[in-house]
Amino acid sequence: MAAGVAAWLPFARAAAIGWMPVANCPMPVAPRDHSKRQDELIILNVSGRRFQTWRTTLDRYPDTLLGSSEKEFFYNEEAKEYFFDRDPEAFRSVLNFYRTGKLHYPRAECIQAYDEELSFFGIIPEIIGDCCYEEYKDRKRENAERLQDDQEDKKDFKPPNMTFRETIWRAFENPHTSTMALVFYYVTGFFIAISVLTNVVETVPCGSTSQKDISCGQRYTVAFFCMDTACVMIFTVEYLLRLFAAPSRYLFMRSVMSIIDVVAIFPYYIGLVMTDNEDVSGAFVTLRVFRVFRIFKFSRHSQGLRILGYTLKSCASELGFLLFSLTMAIIIFATVMFYAEKGSSSTKFTSIPASFWYTIVTMTTLGYGDMVPKTIAGKIFGSICSLSGVLVIALPVPVIVSNFSRIYHQNQRADKRRAQKVQKARLARIRIAKKGSSNAYLQTKRNGLLNELLDLTASEEEQQHLNKTKSLLESQHHHLLHCLEKTTGHDFVDEQLFEQNCLEGALQPYRSRTPSTSSLEGMTGTCCSRRTKRSVPLPIANAPASHAHPLALTHTLPKSPGLQELSAINIQCAEKQIHSSSRSNLNMQTNEVDRRNCKQQKVTTAIISIQTANTGSPAEDGGHGLPNRGASVVTTTSSNIIKVSAL
Amino acid sequence: MLNLDGLEMIAVLVVMGLFIKVLEQFGLFEPVGGEDSIEDDFELSTVCHRPEGLDKLQEQSKFTKKELQVLYRGFKNECPSGVVNEETFKLIYSQFFPQGDSSTYAHFLFEAFDTNKNGSVSFEDFVAGLNIILRGSINDRLNWAFNLYDLNKDGCITKEEMLDIMKSIYDMMGNYTYPCMQDDAPREHVENFFQKMDRNKDGVVTIDEFIESCQKDENIMQSMQLFENVI
Repeated sequence: MAAGVAAWLPFARAAAIGWMPVANCPMPVAPRDHSKRQDELIILNVSGRRFQTWRTTLDRYPDTLLGSSEKEFFYNEEAKEYFFDRDPEAFRSVLNFYRTGKLHYPRAECIQAYDEELSFFGIIPEIIGDCCYEEYKDRKRENAERLQDDQEDKKDFKPPNMTFRETIWRAFENPHTSTMALVFYYVTGFFIAISVLTNVVETVPCGSTSQKDISCGQRYTVAFFCMDTACVMIFTVEYLLRLFAAPSRYLFMRSVMSIIDVVAIFPYYIGLVMTDNEDVSGAFVTLRVFRVFRIFKFSRHSQGLRILGYTLKSCASELGFLLFSLTMAIIIFATVMFYAEKGSSSTKFTSIPASFWYTIVTMTTLGYGDMVPKTIAGKIFGSICSLSGVLVIALPVPVIVSNFSRIYHQNQRADKRRAQKVQKARLARIRIAKKGSSNAYLQTKRNGLLNELLDLTASEEEQQHLNKTKSLLESQHHHLLHCLEKTTGHDFVDEQLFEQNCLEGALQPYRSRTPSTSSLEGMTGTCCSRRTKRSVPLPIANAPASHAHPLALTHTLPKSPGLQELSAINIQCAEKQIHSSSRSNLNMQTNEVDRRNCKQQKVTTAIISIQTANTGSPAEDGGHGLPNRGASVVTTTSSNIIKVSAL
Repeated sequence: MLNLDGLEMIAVLVVMGLFIKVLEQFGLFEPVGGEDSIEDDFELSTVCHRPEGLDKLQEQSKFTKKELQVLYRGFKNECPSGVVNEETFKLIYSQFFPQGDSSTYAHFLFEAFDTNKNGSVSFEDFVAGLNIILRGSINDRLNWAFNLYDLNKDGCITKEEMLDIMKSIYDMMGNYTYPCMQDDAPREHVENFFQKMDRNKDGVVTIDEFIESCQKDENIMQSMQLFENVI
């Protein structure tokens, strides 16, 4: 129900008095308003700006956030108000919707921000009032187009494992993805140009024999035929390849470009099939005309052509109107001119259709002069005709022009974005920002480990030095990442480390597990750095710190005394020191005994680098085992990767 | 003079017409009958009406201050100019009955509310009507209902008037009803009504017959109680 009429409900119910006397059956019981709440003011605090309204105003739309009990989630007890941490500007139109029943779109607002606000407050944008709906739709469309451009940019990122067919299709659609595609692109462009040029030159008269000008085509028939054949072969190959690679062949065959391709190469084959038969040579000549359609193949190569085509398509209605009004005017003026000129002798205006030509030529201000009116009436009407022609043509043209301009600018924007510099800089900055947070985590891990080492060595100063103040949020986040590491049995590493690991992993003789591609680009994946035991899954070692993970516990029983590497400390020296240790081992004293048995066989996974000592020999009890390792850890300064089994 | 045929004559006339239009643009030629156009622009579309004070209305009606406030706020929201004309009235009323066509019944209602017959319902009229229906005695309410039914306000309800009313009520139901709406349902209902109400069987129902018959009918009396708690 609309806004204000909710207030009229009492009136409507009162008006029902007219039904009572005529009713034959008793009326149902009226609902009682138990919560006889007086209408009260509600304070809505939106980011500091206080809006106040009646409660009943908000109750008008019970399926929105403010109208339902959902707003209770935002109730602030102390201040007795509802607090929303949203944009107060956009909230104005939201609240006005409740007040007036009409939703307006503020033109200064960004469309996406506005949409988000609406969805937050549970209002569907479709109820935007007519006054603002056009604007809203236009902006939304522009935004969608812009997003589409962004998507197309992203398409350049090559997904791995594409089939041959997909590769070819991608090469066709985005020629700048691979060199081969680029080469093919230019070759086809070249051949299109050659073909068109050939068709044109074919008709130029060169030389003459026996008083008749002979066109070049007739003179050098063989040469032109070879040229034509070559072009058509290339086009055929291209078309067949596209057909093969298209993800949906049916759709491809229906698309405009493929129809142009077919039309371009068809005449040649028909010409091959047909002999120089006199009867059909007329049709044959007509078919040659279709060869000119090859020039449309250029639209794959030219952005501007595509834009033009797209513009014309989107302005179909304006063009239709233009055509219709022109036709109307032509008919009117042709009729008038015919009758005006009927009287004059030897007039060219022999019939109304004959006058059409005059009218068209006049209205488009061509004015060939092959037909001119001679009577006064004819001249008067002729001048009116030319004046109105200018008007009729000039009116729809700006619409088409503005459409073209809009689409063209959009494409320019897309091109600019695609320009390497901007994109690369933008992506680099985003990447740096992302790296910042992950580096913080890795840094924290190292600090944390060192902290523990230093705890045991009781070195206060260094401890304080390393103890960077961390916000609660950060520490919780890091704890979360740590839990993930423990769960999966992999550790977060740096990109460089990952690359190195993968390289060196190839040299590992005991490789039993192929490195899996990490989901994060280069961030996870101590796949190479961790040697896996054949049978025992890794979660054994990765019980989270200070939480006895039931999963981990069950696995701590060594299944085989073999290569049971339960954890590894992965250190990369030089600028980044990354440790991935299972601190749980330090805490889980109970398991030490079990593990100790295995450590004999445990093989450290140092790949190339220096093997620090005493990786294999744990201390007497696990608790003290670490300092030894720790010591070794700290002192290594080699720039190679050292893996130390932490048993 | 010029030897002109028909078509040439037309051509010359067209040229003259265009010439006149050009002169108009220059303001050198005032067209005849142009005086009216200026005043059309100044037609005052907004007729603002302010109701009497809250205190006065409170005296006149049995509503509390708060109730009057709520009523007025709703009223003013929908009709910022302070009066409801019939179109708006119909529009508002139709929002409550999306399925059927409530315009005829709304028209009758409008006639009933518009006591001074000036084509618009002001807030005072509104409150006055609601006062009777919601806060009046049973007799007042019945009187008001009779007034509603009596379309020509002549003191008695004829079968035709009742039929119109009945049809308008049935129209509000719309097409999709169970059981299916028969075409003669209103007429039958009217017959029932007259059988009940028309004591002396003279074909019309006067106010006394009406009140008397209603008072005797339990259902009607009960339904009149419904209006106690509407506001």
